[in-house]
This record gives sequence, structure tokens and C-alpha cells, in this order.
Amino acid sequence: MTLTVTDLAIARGGVPVLEGLSFALPAGKALILRGPNGIGKTTLLRTLAGLQPPLSGRIEGAEDRIAYAAHSDGLKPTLTVTENLTFWASVFGTRDIQPALEAFALNELADRHAGNLSAGQKRRLGLARMLVTGRPIWMLDEPTVSLDKTAVAMFADAVRAHLRQGGSALIATHIDLGLDGEVLDVGPNKARPKALDDFDGGFL
Amino acid sequence: MIALLLRDLKLSFRAGGGFGLGLAFFLIVTVLVPFSVGPQSSLLATIAPGVLWLGALLACLLSLDRLLALDWEDGSLDLLATAPLPLESVVTIKALAHWITTGLPLVLAAPVLGVLLNLPGPGFGWLVVSLLIGTPALSVIGTFGAALTVGLKRGGLLLSLLVLPLYVPTLIFGAEVARRGATGMEVQTPLLMLAGITAAAVALLPFASAAVLRINLR
Repeated sequence: MTLTVTDLAIARGGVPVLEGLSFALPAGKALILRGPNGIGKTTLLRTLAGLQPPLSGRIEGAEDRIAYAAHSDGLKPTLTVTENLTFWASVFGTRDIQPALEAFALNELADRHAGNLSAGQKRRLGLARMLVTGRPIWMLDEPTVSLDKTAVAMFADAVRAHLRQGGSALIATHIDLGLDGEVLDVGPNKARPKALDDFDGGFL
Repeated sequence: MIALLLRDLKLSFRAGGGFGLGLAFFLIVTVLVPFSVGPQSSLLATIAPGVLWLGALLACLLSLDRLLALDWEDGSLDLLATAPLPLESVVTIKALAHWITTGLPLVLAAPVLGVLLNLPGPGFGWLVVSLLIGTPALSVIGTFGAALTVGLKRGGLLLSLLVLPLYVPTLIFGAEVARRGATGMEVQTPLLMLAGITAAAVALLPFASAAVLRINLR
């Protein structure tokens, strides 16, 4: 099933950031989100994930199908790697966390407390969470931050495997992951502050 | 849902989880009362039900600011909001976990502390009953306050100011049950009022908490 976004306008803190945004994300494809800092990539992902309502426009095919990974990984430092993953697996109604541990080479760290992991290891654990959600659409916000080259390759492999199984992914990132999919530059969709246009004109 | 409850309980028992803090606070406050009002046993017996109820209420308040703030800080609240669990059940489970780790130990410790304050014999049973019925309301109302202030810097202080007035009805009727019980009077009316407040809070406030949480997460 395709995620379809039609003429979407979104706001951050009450200020419109993006408008007139339309795209479709079919199953088996990835969509790489590009754009300068502050353009509203995170806001777009949060809106699609249902954390905030859009100003206008339609989002179809997102309901209960999205697994969202934010900047922070949502890990509990006093729980072990296994306990953290098992918790999210049971919240999403899945059981098997072993494939997720293997995909991100976390087997050796399985009994360590998440608080004792390095930043890169924490991020790997946060990404492994996507695998235990069992949801078809992954939304990832800067997933490769603090990952080394090997881990980035690991992550790209995991996304490719997910796409092969008929899933799709919307990824805000600035590096090239070599995935099968298009790049969506949201730069041209920057919302124009309407009142300010005239304001500028007054000086010119 | 069970997974969330178990995780919250586990987190509370692990290092830095804060289990027992409320209980220790309750103990210290109760021990300090005879020092401040003097050792006359008749005076202590008169004020014991009220002091125990106030102590339990303040001990409940102590751990509220961590209830949702920790999940908000590490991002798991956002992730829970996008999970299949409805936010209403998330806040209900959070309140239940708070009650199990804070309210229930207070209920169990109250009779022991009653001895320290020379609580009259018939009062012990009614004290436990009133706390058992009243403390769930404290947790549910507290969760509502925590949802209102989640994400605010120094939200804990504001949380206390918001929640304490909402605790007033529970305190009045809870302490009244314990006081009437201790003096051998009929307790049915305040007991029913207390149960009614708790039932209403448990039934309605999770929806309000989930609604304000949705707004705060935007």
C-alpha cells in the first residue's frame, strides 16, 4: 500500500515551514528527504507519524503503519539491550528480537546496560528497534548520526532487506546510502511568510 | 500494556529509579511531627489521622515530576505516542505504576507510623482503608498534572502548584474517614465521598491526561 501525501502544509511552533508538498511512497521503495537545516524535515516526519496535525493537505495510508525513529532513541539507561528491545517488541506485539540483534551486531552487547553503551552503539540499538516494530513504513530522522562506516553499511543493509520484504522507508539524511529510491528535496516547498513579502517591499 | 507496566516497575526498582523515596519521606515527616508539636499523647492522638494523610499526600507528590518527564527527555514518550498503545492506556498504566511504587507502600507503612503518633486503636483499620481508597486518586490526578507540565523547564514546581489544589477533596474526605474511624464515629458518608472522588478521577482523568499530552507533544 502506498503512502500518499497531497498538498501538505505543516508548521513548527505555529510558524508555517513547508507548503504545497506532494509525494507518493510506494511499497518496496525508499524516499530520501533532503533540504537545508531548519527547513522542516523533522516537522514533516513528526506530522506523518501523527505526532502533530498538518495545517492543511491530506496524508493517506499512514494510519498504524509507521515506525518512527526520532533524534533521540528512547532507550532506558538502566535496562539492558535485550530488555530495551523486548519492551518495544511487546508494545508492538512482536516477539522475536534475535534478527534485530543480529542485523545491528548487538549480540555481544545483549546483556549490557544501555547507559554503558557508546553513542554509536546506542544509535544501533535505537535502529534495531525499527526491526522489532514489524511496521511497513519506516520514518527515520538522521539515522546515521554517530554511526561509523561499518554501522552505516549495516543500517543500509537492514533498510534494503526491509524494502525487499515490501516495506518502505522515508529517511531524512545527508549521506548517500545507496538505496533503491528517489531523493525528495523539500527546499522549493519552503513556506513563504505572506505578510512579510509586502513588508520587504516597503523598503525597496 | 503489561509490558509497559513491568518496564516502569523495573525502572523504578533499578538504580536511580526512586523507589522508596516517597516512603522514606513519609517516615521522616511523621517522625518529625512529635518533635514539633511536643510529646503530649492526647494531642498527638487527635492530630494523627490528619498528619498521616497529609504526609502520605506530600510523599505522593514527591515522585510526580519524574512520572512522564523521564520518558519525555529520552524520547520514549514520542515513540510510545506513535506505538499501537492508545495514549489513554499509556497514562493509565503510568498512574498504576506510580501507585504500586509509591501509593501502595505508603498504605502498608501507615499503620506502623500510626503507632509513632499514638493513633487510637480503632483508627488503624480505617486509616488503611481510607488510604487504600484515596491514594489511587492521588496518582491519577498527579499523572494529569505531570501530563500538563511535561516538557517545561522546572516543571516540578509548577506541577506541585497545579496538583495540590486538586488534591484537596481527596485529603478532606480521606482524613475525615480516618479521623471519624479513630474516634469511633460513623464513617459511611465520607467513605462514600472518597470512593466517589477516586472512581470519578480514575474514570475521567486518563482521557484529559492523554488529551493534554497530545497537545504537549506537538
